[in-house]
This record gives sequence, C-alpha cells and structure tokens, in this order.
Amino acid sequence: MAFTFAAFCYMLALLLTAALIFFAIWHIIAFDELKTDYKNPIDQCNTLNPTVEKVKKIKRVRLALKLVLPEYLIHVFFCIMFLCATEWLSLGLNMPLLAYHVWRYMSRPVMSGPGLYDPTTIMNADILAFCQKEGWCKLAFYLLSFFYYLYG
Amino acid sequence: MSSPAAGLSSQNGAGRQACSNGPIQNLIMMQAPGRGYNTAAQTMHPQHMPAKAPLEQPAGQYHYGCYQSSPPVSVYQGPGQSAPPVSVYQGPGQSAPPVSMYQGPGHSAPPVSMYQGPRQTNMTRPPMRPLQPHQAGSARIAAPAPSSTPPPVCSNSFYPGSQIPPHSQWAYGTPPPMSQPSVATNHVTSAPSQLSAARYGIQNSPPQGPPAPLNTSVQPGQPSGYGMQNSPPQRPPASLNSSVQPGQPSGYGIQNSPLQGPSAPLNSSVQPGQPSGYGIQNSPPQRPPAPLNISVQPGPAPPPVSPLSSQSYQSGRQPFGPPPPVRPEAPPTGQLNNAATPPPPAAAAKQEVPVPGAERTQIHNSFDALESGGRNAAQHHPQMGRAVGLSYPSLPLGYQNMAVSPCAPGMQPLSQRYPAGAQSFQQAALGPAQLGSALGGMNLQQSQPEALRAINLLQERNLLPRGPVTPPVPCLPQDLQRLNCSPEVFRCTLTNIPQTQSLLNKAKLPLGLLLHPFKDMSLPVVTSSTIVRCRSCRTYINPFVTFLDQRRWKCNLCYRVNEVPEEFMYNPVSRSYGEPHKRPEVQNPTIEFIAPSEYMLRPPQPAVYLFVLDVSHNAVETGYLDTVCRSLLDSLSLLPGDTRTKIGFITFDSTVHFYNLQEGLSQPQMLVVSDIEDIFIPTPDSLLVNLNECKELVQDLLKGLPQMFTRTLETQCALGPALQAAFRLLSPTGGRVSVFQTQLPSVGVGALKSREDPNQRASAKDIPHLTPATDFYKKLALDCSGQQIAVDLFLLSGQYCDLASLACISKYSAGGVHYYPSYHHLHNPAQVEQLQRDLKRYFSRKIGFESVMRVRCTKGLSIHTFHGNFFVRSTDLLSLPNINPDSGFAVQMSIEENLVDMQVVSFQAALLYTSSKGERRIRVHTLCLPVVNSMADIFAGADVQAITGLLASMAVDRSVTASLSDARDALVNAAIDSLRAYRSGGLSVQQPGLVTPACLRLLPLYVVALLKQKAFRTGTSTRLDERVFAMCQLKYQPLAYLMLMIHPALYRVDNLTDEGAISIADRTVPQPATLQLSVEKLSRDGSFLMDSGSVLYLWVGRNCAPNFITQVLGVPSYTAIPQTMTQLPELDTAESTRTRAFISWLREQRPFYPILHVIREESPLKASFMQHMVEDRTESALSYYEFLLHLQQQVNK
Repeated sequence: MAFTFAAFCYMLALLLTAALIFFAIWHIIAFDELKTDYKNPIDQCNTLNPTVEKVKKIKRVRLALKLVLPEYLIHVFFCIMFLCATEWLSLGLNMPLLAYHVWRYMSRPVMSGPGLYDPTTIMNADILAFCQKEGWCKLAFYLLSFFYYLYG
Repeated sequence: MSSPAAGLSSQNGAGRQACSNGPIQNLIMMQAPGRGYNTAAQTMHPQHMPAKAPLEQPAGQYHYGCYQSSPPVSVYQGPGQSAPPVSVYQGPGQSAPPVSMYQGPGHSAPPVSMYQGPRQTNMTRPPMRPLQPHQAGSARIAAPAPSSTPPPVCSNSFYPGSQIPPHSQWAYGTPPPMSQPSVATNHVTSAPSQLSAARYGIQNSPPQGPPAPLNTSVQPGQPSGYGMQNSPPQRPPASLNSSVQPGQPSGYGIQNSPLQGPSAPLNSSVQPGQPSGYGIQNSPPQRPPAPLNISVQPGPAPPPVSPLSSQSYQSGRQPFGPPPPVRPEAPPTGQLNNAATPPPPAAAAKQEVPVPGAERTQIHNSFDALESGGRNAAQHHPQMGRAVGLSYPSLPLGYQNMAVSPCAPGMQPLSQRYPAGAQSFQQAALGPAQLGSALGGMNLQQSQPEALRAINLLQERNLLPRGPVTPPVPCLPQDLQRLNCSPEVFRCTLTNIPQTQSLLNKAKLPLGLLLHPFKDMSLPVVTSSTIVRCRSCRTYINPFVTFLDQRRWKCNLCYRVNEVPEEFMYNPVSRSYGEPHKRPEVQNPTIEFIAPSEYMLRPPQPAVYLFVLDVSHNAVETGYLDTVCRSLLDSLSLLPGDTRTKIGFITFDSTVHFYNLQEGLSQPQMLVVSDIEDIFIPTPDSLLVNLNECKELVQDLLKGLPQMFTRTLETQCALGPALQAAFRLLSPTGGRVSVFQTQLPSVGVGALKSREDPNQRASAKDIPHLTPATDFYKKLALDCSGQQIAVDLFLLSGQYCDLASLACISKYSAGGVHYYPSYHHLHNPAQVEQLQRDLKRYFSRKIGFESVMRVRCTKGLSIHTFHGNFFVRSTDLLSLPNINPDSGFAVQMSIEENLVDMQVVSFQAALLYTSSKGERRIRVHTLCLPVVNSMADIFAGADVQAITGLLASMAVDRSVTASLSDARDALVNAAIDSLRAYRSGGLSVQQPGLVTPACLRLLPLYVVALLKQKAFRTGTSTRLDERVFAMCQLKYQPLAYLMLMIHPALYRVDNLTDEGAISIADRTVPQPATLQLSVEKLSRDGSFLMDSGSVLYLWVGRNCAPNFITQVLGVPSYTAIPQTMTQLPELDTAESTRTRAFISWLREQRPFYPILHVIREESPLKASFMQHMVEDRTESALSYYEFLLHLQQQVNK
C-alpha cells in the first residue's frame, strides 16, 4: 500500500508545483524587468548589447504572459487529481487559489485571444505593482505547497 | 513592442543601432551627420567646432572680444526663416563675423538682438563673460567687500545702486566690481525685488550669516556651496581677489563668504539664484524682478512682510564686518531657516555642500579642477584660460567701475539671452538642503497673503478672476525660474513638490504633469554633431544641470557626472570657447535638436497620408464626402511634406475600393476588393503615390469621388477590413490614416452591434458599455503603432456608432478622434462649417512622424500612469506614431524615494520625431520645480487647473475600469480630501464654513463642472457616443482647451467698452469680465458670449438693447434673429467692431476655429448653451452652492 493513487497525486503535484514555482519566478522577473526597464539600461547591462537585451526582454515578457494560461491549467489539473484521490485537505488548501484564478480570468480585459494582460494598460504603475505582488504571493504559496506535498 | 518599434527607441540609446554606439555616439555623428534625408540639417551645420586656435589672440583682446576669425559654428535657424545674421557679441572695437544666427522660428530676433543690444563695451562684457564660477566668486567677493552693500551681490539688488560705494568693491579686488555693476543695474528697490532677494538670502543664509549656527557647526567657511570650498575662510579678501584673477587658481574660492561676515547672508543668497555671476547680473536687467516676485507671491509683499527678508536686509546693511569670517549676528532669519529645515543631510553634503570633511575635498576637487582647468587651459591656450576663468581679472579696474552703474542698461539684453542658468541651478541644487526648505519657508510666508489666504467659499462668491486663471509660478530663484519651461507646455499640478510620498498622501492632492509637447511655438533649433546627454540616464543637457567645471557637468536627474564633449566647449552663439554653460542648450528650457543619424533606425520616413472614406448609403446621405474632398482639394498644397510626400485613398462600403493613381494613367482607376474576410492589396505599388508627381490624378479623384457613389444602395459598412487594408498599405512606410466613418461597422472583422439602449440613457444609474466591445480595434492599433501608423478617426453620425470600441483605433495609435454628431450637409450647416474649419486645420497643421516621447524625472520620482493617446512602450516611453500640435498628455507621478536632500527636481520630456520634411528632430522640454517639506508649501503651490485636468483624466480611467459612479465619487472625494487635508493640516484658521486656500478656491467649482460635463453627468440624457467622445477629449486635449471645455468662459458682450481693452496689431480688443456660469448672471436685457473652447455661443436676451441687435447682429429686431446664425455681419459700427474684435481675438488664441452660434432664448440650441451653466441646479445634479454645502458637511465631519 505504499504506492497509492494519492501518493501518485502528491508526486505529480510535487513536480507540477516545481514547474509552477518556475513560472512564478519567471512572472516576477518579467514584470520586474518591465518595471525597471527605464533605469539605466546602459549601466545595467554594460557588457551586453542593450538592444539585444531589450529584444530578449520583450520576448521574455511575452513568454511570461503566455505562461499564464498553462499555469492555470496545471493548477486546475492537479486540483482535479486531488479531487479524484479524495484528498480533501490538499484540495481545500488549493481551493482559494483556484477560485482566485477563475475570478482573475473572468475579470480579464476584453480580449479575443487567451491571455490576461493587456499591453496597453500593463505599464500602469498600479497594475504593474499588483502583478508583481501577485507573483510574489503565488511564489510563496507554491513554495509552501511544494514542501507540503513533499512531506505530506 | 515589435522590433521596429523597439528600434525607434534609439532615443534612449537603447535602440539597436544607437545602443551599439552607446556613449560613443559622437563618433558616428561626426562621420555621417546626415544621411540622405538630412540634407537640410547638414547645410545648416556648416562646420564643426573650430579648433581652439582661433581663440588665441593677443592678450589684450581676449577679454570679451569676439573671436573674430572663428568660422560660424552653427546656425540656429528658426523654422522657416532666415534672418540676416545678427552680429553677435562684438568686441568693443571689433565687429566679429556673425558666429551664429539664432533665429527663432518666428523671427526670434530677440535672441539675436539681445546679444547685440548690450552694445557691449568692455564694461558690459565682463559680466557676460564670466564663467559661472567666477562670477559667483566675484559676486561674493563684491558682497563682502562692500560690506555695506551686500545686496549688490544679490542680483536682486535690494539696494539702490547708488548706495553702493564703488570703491568698496574695489577695496578687495577688481573682479568683484564687475559683478557689482550688474547688480547695480538691477537696483530695483521695489519691494518685490527685495522680497526675492530676501528669499535668496534666506536660502543661502543657512550656511552663512544667520544660519551661522548651522554652518558654523559645519564649517565657518562654507557658506555657499559653491565658492566656499576653495577658499579657506580665513583668507583675506585680497587673496580672494587675487584668486579671481586670471593667473590664480583659487579664483573661485574667493567667494567664500566667511570673509564677508555680515554681508555673507546676502551673498549666499545670491548663490542660489545666481550661481553664476552671469546669471545674476543679467537676470535682474532682463526681467524686472517684480514679475517674478509677483508671480511667486501674488500680493505685493512689503519687504518687511517676512521676517526673513527683513533680516537679510539688515544684515546686508550692516557695515562690513571685519574681513575675517565674522560670525554674523545670528539674525532671526537664520533661525527660521534652520527651523524649517533640518541641518543639511549628509546626502546634500555629498553632493556639493562644502562640508569640511571629505566632502570638502570633493568639492575642492571640483573647484580645483575648475580652476586648474582654467589654468591648464590657459597654459595650453592662454586665451582660453583667460576667457574662462580669468576674464574678469584682466579687465582694467576702471572698467569695472564703469560697469557698476552706467552699463547696466546695456547688460540687460545679454542677461536675458544668456542667463547662466546652469550654474545658478547648480548652486541651488548643490546648496545645502536647507536651501530648499528655506525656499519653502519663504514661499510660505510670502505667499501666505495670496495663495494660502483662507477663503470661505460659502461667503465669497466672486471667485473667478476677471481674466484667465493664471498658473502659479514655481518658487524658484529668479534666474532659474526664468529658464523654466513655459506653463503652456509643461505644467505640474503641484509647483512645489512634496519631499516624501507620505507628505503627498497627507496633502491629498494629485501629483502629475500636464504636457503639450508639440505645441505650435517658436523655439531655438540646434544643429550640432553632438547632442550632449547624460551617459547614464540619457537626459539631454538642459539649463538645470550643474557644471562642476569647464569639462564636467552633473546631470540634474541622476546626478551622474559627465564630461563635456569638446564641441560643446565652443559656444556658437557667442563664438567663444570654454563657455559650455552659455550654449543654447543650457539657456533654453525648450529646444529642438536636429538629430544625427544614430537617432534613426531607418531613413526618416516621408510624409504619407492615407484617407479611408466611408461611401455606404448612409455616408452618402450625410453629404460629407463633398466637404471632405473639397477641403482636401483646397488644402492639397498645404499638406505638410516634402517632395517625397505620398498620398492614397481607400473607400469602403461592404467592399473595399482602392484607387490606382499611378503616374501615366489618364484617370484614377478604382479597384474593388470584395473579399473582405481576407483582405489583400491589389497593386501595392501604385495605391500610394507621390503627391507631387500625381497631383492631377489626385485632384481628378477628389473632384469625382463625391459623385461616384451618389446612387449607391449599399448600406453595409466594412470598416474593419478597410482598416486592415490601410494598415497593410502603410506598413512599409508608416504614416497617417484619416478615417471618415458614419455608421456602425456591420460586416467583416471588427463588426459591432448596437449596445446602447436609448431609453436607459437618462435613468440608468450607471452607464454600461464604456469599454470596447471587441479588442479588434485595439490590437489593430497596436499593430499600427508598431509600424508607425496613426489613425485619426472622424465620426460623422447621427446614430450610435460605438465610439467606445472605435476610438481604440486612435487611442493606441496616437491619433485623434473627431466627432460630429448628426452631421448632415443640409440639415446641419453649422456642423458643415465646423468640419470644414477643422479639416483645414487638420490638413495644414504640423505633424511629426515615427515619434517617441520619453519623460524623465529626477531620481526618486517615478511615473505612475500616462494619460492621452499613445502606446506606453516602457515605463517612461510613449510610442507615438504621429504627433500633432493639438494633443496633450498627462502623467501621474509618484514619489518613490524621499527627496530629502534635494532642493529642486526636474522633469524632462523629450520628443523624438521625424518632421514632415524628413528631418529627425528632438524637442526637449525641461521643467524644474522646488521641493518643499511642509503642507503649507504644497498647498501654496497647487495649480488648480492642472489638478482639474489630471483629475479629469484619472476619472475617465476610473469610469472605464470601474464605473461611472465610482468615477464621480472619486471626483467628489478628491475635492473633499484635499480640503479636509487643508483643514486638518492646521493651515487654516478654524472657522466655520468651507475654507480653502486661495489657490484652490476654484477646485470645488471645477469639480462641479466636471460632474456636469457630458463625460460624467448622470440623470441627463446623454448619448453614449457623446459621452465617450467627451472622455476622449478629456484625456488628450491640451490643458488650455480642456479648461474651457470643463468650465467655459462667459462674457457679457452687449455693453463692451474699450475700458481695459488691450490692443493687438492696431486692433482694440475689449476685455469683458468673466462671469459665473449661472443663469442668474444672464439677463434678458443683455447678450452673452460663452466660450466653451470648440464652440462659441452668443446668447441674446429677449429684451436686449435694440442697439445691439441692429448694430451688431444686423437684424432689425429680436424676433428677426434667424434660427441658425453662425456669422456676425461685418457692420461698420463701433459695437460691431468691438464684438467682432473680441470674438476673433478669442479664436486666435487656439489653433482650431470655434463656430459661433447666435441663439435666442427659445432657440433649440438653448439646451446646449444651458448645459454649461454649471453653477445652477439641474434635475439630477446639485447646484454649486449645494455642492459646497455637501463638501462642508463632509470636510467638517
């Protein structure tokens, strides 16, 4: 009985959470770069060609924006796994985040494609700050849940 | 965000090409200043810096003589005109060849003339010449010496010149006298000037006299940041003088006030304002001190008013103290300052405050460097050295004396032109932190009478000034303020910047900038191979930087020390070497550079205009095609552009039609693309044609177009595909798309559905559908932005068109939205005229292509949000595919780090664009504002109009992201909060009623007006499109027009008289008083003119004097006034002349042409007239008085 479905779920969740942590970090970096972009690009990347850096940065941000949906899907996925494994506690712990994700996606700006961030408003300091905070919170949450899954 | 877009950011140096160059740009520039397109630039810029050789001259001459032999370095040309080179700066006996012609666009003769004006005899020159440091030094010296007349130093001239004994100056050293003369010129004894002086004194004083306690603790000798370091306090004055002299390194040191003892305060005062001897001297003459002072403190403040001022005064008067640093009798002033400001924080010290310790050494270095630089220079090029540092000394004593008084007049012109802004700035910036606070304190005290005067709104009704509301003037030293950016271009909601975010939060006032960067104006244009910028933050050199010495300047935004490039050492205006602080870049807050090739990612694009016209049945019905085509036909030659200008046309109904205008065709060829799902460009090469080569075809097309579709039955409208086609057509070049649309797009991508329920208009508590229904237009706009395409939308429609969605196409591509509700060529002639006028302006106005604007601000401040039409590409970078002179921007700021160690902060907006002539240009505006640390000062500097403008923009955002009622609440809360902050801040005497500071007295009124604006009103039937259009306008109109839109001006015009009239170009323009917007001000016996920016209403009362009706309106009686009347007949009567003069004067103040509606009491337009009566109660909205009561209740809660 060592290897039950529940244990499998936890292992899977562990791996996926690691991925989510990675996403969260990426998210934070992307927004941080967006935010600090204007600060001395030259000083900041003396060794790098700033132009290259800039293009890279934009791509990275785009990537990060695209990662939002996968992140949500992954999270939904292992929530469903927990549900199947009737791990109520774990599910319960994840419910707030799940609800938040649903709400967040519902209240996203008008957009034809999938996505969460509107390039025209993303530079607004409030939104930027909110996104950054969101990233940190999620990172913390994922880290905690990572250890929870690890030992749980 | 596409890569091309990124490329444009070269402004930063971050762009690809630019980046590679990085700091080294110069090299490139030199090599190929202009590529193919820049020819103009090149021509203008005949030579680079001449070698220093020219400098060398016989020793005797260098003083101020011009360098005769120097070739013209650079020509500043105003935009279209070539004025004959005015001779610049002539040596006493010599006529130098015109070095530079500084032509303002609009004949800015003045600059040139200023130079000449001085008619410089040697005497006058000296002052001009002075290096800043020198001057400062000299000034100081002077002050001490004449101990009796410390004032002289102060540019402000507290004392009448006569008082100053000439020889007192001499006593110490010759150099000082020079400075004095200039002072003398100023001698304005007027109270205001004194005040200002006092102010300065105060600032400085901390270090010196009264403040002595502070300083002393620091160091005795350090009085003024600048001078002190060098000179040991103890030096006898004599030594000082010597230092001044050419040979001696220590010239700067002289300044050290320590010597001066009593006079010190004065001197110190000088410093901030007049850091450079130059500035000081000149400044006074240029502007009468009075205006400045006045501006600062509206009420004439008698000198005694502020204790501080009085004190400084006294100290000045005292007989000289002993030369050794006398501890000034600590006068109250000092104390005040101290109290106001904490001792200079270490940071301040760092900067430049001479602190005995390490800092001192630092300073030392700089100074030393300065001097040594001078010396070295002298060694290498003896002349230069002299010119730079030593020029003064070289002058004969006699000169100096003379200069003292007689020359004064001559000086003026010079001073105007070239105030030593940079230096002055420096000092202010560098000075001890106390300076700023001192300023603040002063400001407070001085302005208390006016800006902070408590007003009980419930009791005082007549709040409107008679004329226009004037923006407050930042409380800066005079010569800094003189260099400050015009409030028409650059305004800040708080002209005194709070030191910390918490202070700002306490004041509850929004902090932000309002910009009108591309305003039609005349400004100096510089062609230079090197555009000097901070290497770290890329700030353009500006009047508020600090020159540490000849070769280094300190950025006023990031405080990095940069080197002055070799070219910059040469001043093309005065043809002199070694005066970087007198270059036009450092003398003008607004300047335009012709950018070299590293500011281009591609060759500058030609002017490209594409017209996209709706030709569906509905559109043809309105008859707009005829108007547009005719206007364009007339304006074809006025379209800005050069020989490369391209033009193209697309029309659309349910299909998209292209017009082949290829050269060689006998007539335009129409190509119809009916596959609107997958639009393609039939013949990409021949749809956009060169306007000059194919003019006939274009004209043929414009003549034929209105007739081509008269019989169309197509009612569908495929706007989306047409826009896509336009995007593809323009993608390779970029350009401007003008879309004329008359109905809801119904087929193809971007089709919209009607979302408005007319029955809900009046009753709905909250207005839905303010957000776009689809993001198609937004995405397309972003694509356009990436390809440098701007879309201007003209919406002419009677029905709902979902402007909320359509406007996105313009909003994010930096276009403009124009809305003509119920346009019809027969039924609505006024609209037709309006459209014609607008189009005329639209076609002929200036335009800039592929532009980006970056707003930079001093470290510690950060940009929170932008408002306007653009795409924000980076935290501080706006991508503007087109820029036009009618668009304004607002920027919300926040304070991220405390500005504790700063006296001033600066903002710089740099607009990089390609002119219609294919020149890459950079327009730079720099604004400098003081930092304060008390609530009182913040309130004293509040600019109510700018606050209103910013609040309006914020409210628009709020209503889109949240809801309209939220936005309305936010507006009301903004007023409540700020008044409550004022009340609880202990700034007002606790008294019943609703108390506001005088500077904010109009805030409640403006808030009421905003709440009754179309954009925010509820309860009244407002069409959704009109509401959205009003919101668009609130966001991107320049403040001046915005204010008229929010709060129109009402004048009574039936009894115009010449009393108080102003005369412009031999016309007399009467100036009636502005009335409150209340029906109670209307009377049936009169007639009233309302100016709401884009529309003028002339309301004629039923019992209006028949005289007015016959003499002005040209009709026999009231009943004979036609239902629609949009012109005043040109009658040859005094009344008619006056009225028309007044109306045309109003119209001339704005670039577009407001239509005049003459309305009778029962006219249908009466409703639109009455809706502007914002002080009155309406069914659903409070009257102004009720609103005040509400505010009072909330504030006093």
